[in-house]
Amino acid sequence: MPRAKLAGLLLFFLGPAVTIYVLFSIYPLVATMALSTYTSDPSGARSFVGLANFETLLGDALWSKPFWNAFGNNLIFFAVHMCVQNPIGIALAGLLSLPGVRLKGFYRTVMFLPTMLSVVIVGFSWNLILSPLWGVAAGALKAVGLGSLFAPWLGLESSALVTLSLISVWQFVGIPMMLIYAALLNIPEELIDAARVDGLGQFRIFFHIKLPLVLPTISLVSVLTFVANFNAFDLIYSVKGALAGPNFATDILGTFFYRTFFGNQLQLGNPTMGAAVATVMFFIILLGLCLYLFLVQRRIRRYAF
Amino acid sequence: MTTDQRARSISVHLILIAYSLLAVGPILLVVMNSFKVRSAIFGSPLAPPDASTFSLVGYEKVFRSSHILLYYSNSLVVTLVSMALVLLFGAMAAWALSEYRFRGSTALALFLSIGIMVPIRLGSVEILNMMRSAGLNDTLTALVLVYVAQGLPMSIFILSEFIQQIPKDLRDAARCDGVPETRIFFEVVAPLLRPAIATVAVFTIVPIWNDLWFPLILTSSDSTHTVTLGVQQFLGQYITDWNSVLAALSMAILPVVMIYVILSRQLIAGLTSGAVK
Repeated sequence: MPRAKLAGLLLFFLGPAVTIYVLFSIYPLVATMALSTYTSDPSGARSFVGLANFETLLGDALWSKPFWNAFGNNLIFFAVHMCVQNPIGIALAGLLSLPGVRLKGFYRTVMFLPTMLSVVIVGFSWNLILSPLWGVAAGALKAVGLGSLFAPWLGLESSALVTLSLISVWQFVGIPMMLIYAALLNIPEELIDAARVDGLGQFRIFFHIKLPLVLPTISLVSVLTFVANFNAFDLIYSVKGALAGPNFATDILGTFFYRTFFGNQLQLGNPTMGAAVATVMFFIILLGLCLYLFLVQRRIRRYAF
Repeated sequence: MTTDQRARSISVHLILIAYSLLAVGPILLVVMNSFKVRSAIFGSPLAPPDASTFSLVGYEKVFRSSHILLYYSNSLVVTLVSMALVLLFGAMAAWALSEYRFRGSTALALFLSIGIMVPIRLGSVEILNMMRSAGLNDTLTALVLVYVAQGLPMSIFILSEFIQQIPKDLRDAARCDGVPETRIFFEVVAPLLRPAIATVAVFTIVPIWNDLWFPLILTSSDSTHTVTLGVQQFLGQYITDWNSVLAALSMAILPVVMIYVILSRQLIAGLTSGAVK
């Protein structure tokens, strides 16, 4: 193909996608990082300050305290997902992939349903269900004789974050379930048959043969969970508002970023500090992705075949 | 089937049924109670509405005190236009990347795939600045541009995989006949992408329809709100009016559930065929 013609074709086919992607995705990311090295005075004039914003964010107690609080909460948010969402997802996928289970399609569809809904809707629905006013949760616990356990979990500083994490787990458990289910289906039939001939029961087949083979998918699910969790915002914002109460107990990096950038009842919005928070979030996510690529992905390739 | 096997099969189903109930119970509870009078919502929350407790008062209030239909049409416009552009530009780019040999094609493919993992939300500060200086803030166009940029990486990735599976002979035959490249793409290749397009469409629609962040920062006036943002603000305002809150929640839930039921086979096929790895 002549060079000029190829160039024309590439421009035609790639031009629109690359232009929009660069203009509205890559450029804003890079420009936000650049903005994090500036500060603006009340008149809006900007001046270069190097890494001073990051020093403020991590060193000044007024900034570092809420930042580390949000970061720590985010770690808890992620830990709850890893320890509850992924095991439940694996277990459901394992049950669905057992031979001869009927109505698989129905179960899959129903269990994936919450994942399709807006986090805003999910948050509010659970807020109503768990509210002491309505008593659906309290009533249900009473019905099974555990009425004394009920507490306004979403309102207590000690339990609000874990409760919100569990609501998020309830919503997104469909994703690990589906991806791991698909991976389980891709395991060659002969392998399972061989194990069965050797006299292994379903339980041991699952733990000794199937589970090791779907480890790459489980680690992929983990990194997807990581990126989603450290970028989360909607659920906390819709249930708790921008102040992530009670007393910032549910503040995560997403809500901290929003408050810094836009401001709220307590502080004015600060775009340059907001850009600094976004940059730190970017590096946290990048670090997680690199760890995954260099530690997990490489090892899996080596052991895969 | 031995009794042992039957017992196991029953226990498997019991677990699956229990989890299914946990998954849909809260949604059913909200939708069911939205059709009841206030006293019945509090008095017997678990009972379905009957002749004496049925009421549409919540829905009347939502229609009267919010622009819910306007929000729906905004969401619909933004989602459909974004989806169409993501599919068109995504398929075109995927075709060029997998069909033409040129220097830097691998690097370009890698560059485009950054967006699959790195959330565009982190560039929000500058996105808002750009939209303001272009005079696009508080318009649906701003949302469409951001969502197209957000959806393209995944769409290019999935569509490239599919294009590579299309037999080479097909396009070579067309080329021998002197058919121009653009026609090969639009008339030979694009129609073959239909199953992949359905998968990409589902993956594109859901996050756009459900997004709260970008409507929150990019749209300020009531006339540009989407359903998610509109309902969020409505709920915040009417938090003590349970009839309206439950009705507003149900109105936001139902269309998504309907789309899901229609497309669920496609979505599950897409997830389980390994389209996303």
